[in-house]
Amino acid sequence: MRAVSHLQLDPVSVRRASRRPRTSVFWLSLPLAVTVGLVFLLPLTGLLPDAGQNLDATRQPPGFLDGGAWAHPLGTDKLGQDVLTQFVSAGRLTIVIGLVGALVAIVPGTLLGVLAGYFRGWVDRVISVLINAQLALPFILVALAIIANRGSSLPVLFLVLALTGWAVCARVTRSATLAVRERQFVFGLRAAGASETRIVLRHILPNLAGTIVALGTLQVGTAILVESALSFLGLGVVPPRASWGSMLASGQDELSQAWWIAFFPGLAITLLVLLVNLLGDALLTHHDPRKRRR
Amino acid sequence: MRGAGAPHPRTSEPENPVLVVGDLVVEHRNRSTGEVFRAVDHVSLSIAPGASVAVVGESGSGKTTLAMAATGLGARGTGDIRLLGHSLSTIGRRELRRLRPEVQVVFQDPHGSLDPRQSVRSGLRELRALQPRRTSWIEDAELLGRVRLAPEILDRYPHQLSGGQAQRVCIARALLMRPRLIVADEPTSGLDVSVQADVLALLQEIRASTGAALLMISHDLAVVRSLCAEVHVMYRGQVVEAGPCEQVFVAPVHEYTRELLAAMPGARWRSRR
Amino acid sequence: MKASTVRRVGGRLASLFASLLIALSLAFVLGRLSGDPTTTILGPMAPPEQRAALRHELGLDLPLVVQYLDYLKGVLTGDLGQSLQFYQSNTSMIADRLPYTLQLVAAGMSLALLVGVPLGVLAATREGTRWDRAASTLALLGQSVPVFWFGMMLVVLFAVKLGWLPAGQSGTPKHLVLPALTMSVYPMAHIARLTRASMSEALAEPYIDSARARGIAGWRIVWRHAFKNAMMPILTIVVLQTGILLSGAVAVEYVYSWPGLGQLALQAIQFRDFPLVQAIVVFGALVFVLLNLLVDLVHSIVDPRVR
Repeated sequence: MRAVSHLQLDPVSVRRASRRPRTSVFWLSLPLAVTVGLVFLLPLTGLLPDAGQNLDATRQPPGFLDGGAWAHPLGTDKLGQDVLTQFVSAGRLTIVIGLVGALVAIVPGTLLGVLAGYFRGWVDRVISVLINAQLALPFILVALAIIANRGSSLPVLFLVLALTGWAVCARVTRSATLAVRERQFVFGLRAAGASETRIVLRHILPNLAGTIVALGTLQVGTAILVESALSFLGLGVVPPRASWGSMLASGQDELSQAWWIAFFPGLAITLLVLLVNLLGDALLTHHDPRKRRR
Repeated sequence: MRGAGAPHPRTSEPENPVLVVGDLVVEHRNRSTGEVFRAVDHVSLSIAPGASVAVVGESGSGKTTLAMAATGLGARGTGDIRLLGHSLSTIGRRELRRLRPEVQVVFQDPHGSLDPRQSVRSGLRELRALQPRRTSWIEDAELLGRVRLAPEILDRYPHQLSGGQAQRVCIARALLMRPRLIVADEPTSGLDVSVQADVLALLQEIRASTGAALLMISHDLAVVRSLCAEVHVMYRGQVVEAGPCEQVFVAPVHEYTRELLAAMPGARWRSRR
Repeated sequence: MKASTVRRVGGRLASLFASLLIALSLAFVLGRLSGDPTTTILGPMAPPEQRAALRHELGLDLPLVVQYLDYLKGVLTGDLGQSLQFYQSNTSMIADRLPYTLQLVAAGMSLALLVGVPLGVLAATREGTRWDRAASTLALLGQSVPVFWFGMMLVVLFAVKLGWLPAGQSGTPKHLVLPALTMSVYPMAHIARLTRASMSEALAEPYIDSARARGIAGWRIVWRHAFKNAMMPILTIVVLQTGILLSGAVAVEYVYSWPGLGQLALQAIQFRDFPLVQAIVVFGALVFVLLNLLVDLVHSIVDPRVR
């Protein structure tokens, strides 16, 4: 029966399933997946050079440059540690921070945005004031103030990422919720005796899912950039932990002698964030019917 | 399972009206400018069980606001609304939720009335979960048969349905609740002309077989005339004329009603006949 | 002015005021939570009597509400407290450093406008072509790159390898080139994307077609009609980005050892000089809110509808 009904689909559905965003989403996700896979699986293969210090081979250039050796494909730092090995393990932390950092911003942001948009009234007024307050503050200062106060650690970093990221997400989900709650099916459900909680959880949220996923993707990029800036200033990830951002911090002192230490992590951040932003844009276009029509 | 057209278990006396609206006023405030707009201006009406009542008027005349307020789904406004004998101003939240299935609404935009993320089947399943006792009288396939849809429709999502199909699904969903009152808010104006008559005939048939009252909101006098016995003409939030259809249409008293009748397609031909 | 305009402007003012109050309160609370400043000043070994005396001197023995009101009064009169580290008034230190940051922001923002706007126009007028894709990708790249890293690589290339430009410090126009270029990257990308979006929206309007049909020259349509539509969003972004950069240029200033506000904030954090951090936060919030207000005022003057 299922097969038959699919054959009978009318032309409307065929027209609506626009093909391009879907393929671009795939082609953007692929390199991201490969990057994540490499960073997490490469250490397991045993192919990476030894992570230890070697004071006989300090500041060696990468293998493809003059004076470099392929034993250290991306060169070594001032203690003779292999840059590639550091790069891979720092990449793991960067990706984890990007994902968790997006999550801690998206979850409260979505929650508050949906509450404000759905229930309106004083709930909306309070949340809107908070959103505007957050958006009207230079976030880096808020971050600096918190870190100055609490010191730098991963929990503080996530707190900063949550505090600086939730408002954008809340604003978008609020206006999306405003649009969905006025749809007639919501009234129909209410007429059938559905509770407000049920309507929000089972109907409003699923209808916002696409937007939320797109926002979350963009937020991953933001989180990685914020993390790299803070770690660069010594206020985010600090030794003994390392992220691409903190590698930039150690590369800063070596710029004149060993520029490659800072070059590769920075390039990696740029490309990763670029891919994530492209993916987020593609997803957003895909889920925004207003944009899709163009 | 009870057969088609199972009679309602009456909880109140049959002669008690299903809906009484007394002196209703609903105002909208524009949030950015702060201007107040009176959408419904001192309107009263009453619907007897099984009756078919129409509210006509041009768009923006307050018809939909009236319907939403009267069913307790939209802005309340001031004035007394009694739904099956319960006053909406004093009713508790729980009681209101119990009362709601008695009134079902069929909206103008059938695609907007269905959650785009739910197939027809899971939508019906949810309604059954919400009102298990009320909805156990009929199977999905038979229900769809009542609105003349094939059971294959069950596995489709709203965007895979044509407008007419979607509107039939909406009517089926309303019918499933066995309401005492069906509010149809411009149920055909979003549809192709070819399916409009079918949908109207369906509404009429359901009213006749279930004994539900019908409150028809429309700007289309032909639709109203074919379906309803009583009509209220709304103009700028006020009811300017009300009475049995034949009387209002044959001998309109208010100037606005006359204008409406004159603007009807084929009006001249009809009056000559 | 109409009643609705008054209402709207009033609402915006109230909202901005609320934002400011929240920022000020946050800074105050964080300041109180940052531990005993007497330890920072006198060291951990100081005798309790000495600490109590200092606490009295700093007003820390007063009830919190009184301290809070004192603090708000200070903000109103331009007194942002004393630095623990420099024994100077925070206000005067901020005033000393501000010109450097302003110089950097002004140069960076001018550059961003000079490049970003043409880039956006190029993309919008050739929508869908290779030019559009190249310009759009470049803009997105600018929003994806950690700008301070871009600055570091500029240093490697132009200062270390080629030796054309100085790598740090300030003073001559030559010193300004690399920092300003670095500073301009993000706003440039933002402006380019925004210009493209609002211009392509305008170019799709029916009145553009009718202008074309009337035989008005292509470039005239682009600048006189479509660009007008993009002006307000660009202006908004320029003003708001200025607010962000004024306080958010920390990383760029750090890369180039630029003696601006960002460096001051960083020093304050490293020495746990919380009054100074708090003062900079308050200053940044004030500037930001004032700029927001400016944008709103310009909006309501230029565009009588406003949304």
